[in-house]
Amino acid sequence: MSTETMAPDSLELKPGLAGFFDDWSSDQRAFKGVPWGKAMMWIFLVSDTFIFGCFLASYMTVRVSTLDPWPSASEVFALSFGGAPIPLILIAIMTFVLITSSGTMALAVNYGYRKNKWVTFWLLLATALLGATFVGMQVFEWSKLILEEGVRPWGNPMGAAQFGSVFFMVTGFHGFHVSIGVIFLFIFSYKVARGHLDDQTQGWFTKRGGNYEEIEILGLYWHFVDLVWVFIFAFFYLW
Amino acid sequence: MDHTADGHTQVVREEEAIQHPLGVYFKIWILLFVLSALSYAVDFYQVQGYLRWFLILLFMVLKAGLIIAVFMHMVWERLAMVYFILLPPVLLLTLVAIGSLEADWTFFQRGVYFLKELILEAPASPHH
Repeated sequence: MSTETMAPDSLELKPGLAGFFDDWSSDQRAFKGVPWGKAMMWIFLVSDTFIFGCFLASYMTVRVSTLDPWPSASEVFALSFGGAPIPLILIAIMTFVLITSSGTMALAVNYGYRKNKWVTFWLLLATALLGATFVGMQVFEWSKLILEEGVRPWGNPMGAAQFGSVFFMVTGFHGFHVSIGVIFLFIFSYKVARGHLDDQTQGWFTKRGGNYEEIEILGLYWHFVDLVWVFIFAFFYLW
Repeated sequence: MDHTADGHTQVVREEEAIQHPLGVYFKIWILLFVLSALSYAVDFYQVQGYLRWFLILLFMVLKAGLIIAVFMHMVWERLAMVYFILLPPVLLLTLVAIGSLEADWTFFQRGVYFLKELILEAPASPHH
């Protein structure tokens, strides 16, 4: 890497713990060599971590404190394809769909930095479609639970009333995140295909020039959505 | 020098730094699939008790770690940012601790209350 391409303040960047103290005490911006959009996305994701953390902590509190038996997710989310019901199969498929989309997103970021426009476009589109598939399966899951099983936020026939409120709040909030991500994935696959990131075309909202860094920032959000699902899958569906 | 409007030049630097080989992504991808399959197997084969909780947590932590470290590029970030991201969420453990104390107390109180109601509402003994 040639020194001409580096910011003046990054010339003496120290590695490791010494670098940590240097960066934070430099009386300048603390995140050296990080585009501000990426730092901002991380700040947002840390705050979002607290939102989902509060949801899961309150879920633990209501589940521990209820006297009624907690409904078995394994049975509630079982599906039968003509034969005996397979436990939790819908959620397992949703998990694999989301992980696949995380993989295509990671590749999209990589190909973006290689300035490979069309591979990036197809990978982003695949990620968006997999995300939409996930939301579609969630719609199916919700309607099955509401219409066939009679689950409501205030009660259900299977056991503790809190099951419904936790389910709708946690998976609803997560599904909302996925939906927003899908919208932005479609927007950015359009921008990539039109060459807005190659030509540094100004965005309609921020008026900043397009750049392939934006794909990485979008990727951070998308991976976070997958990350939250890892915790929901473990604590709500498997526990 | 390729200065942007605000005088930063890290755009070029970032792009040069981020050319990771594709192989690492495919390996992590496969690992995530395997770990997901394993955590589903915990439920499918109805592993119960402490072993179930241990396995669920183990696969969850491994999956989360791989996603954060590689897919979200955490291993390539400077410590100034890594600590800013990973340390604050540790505070959530305080909330979990408070919540679990509170929940145990509520559970106990509910038990006492409903037991009292059951005793008071019980039909009078035929001997009286």
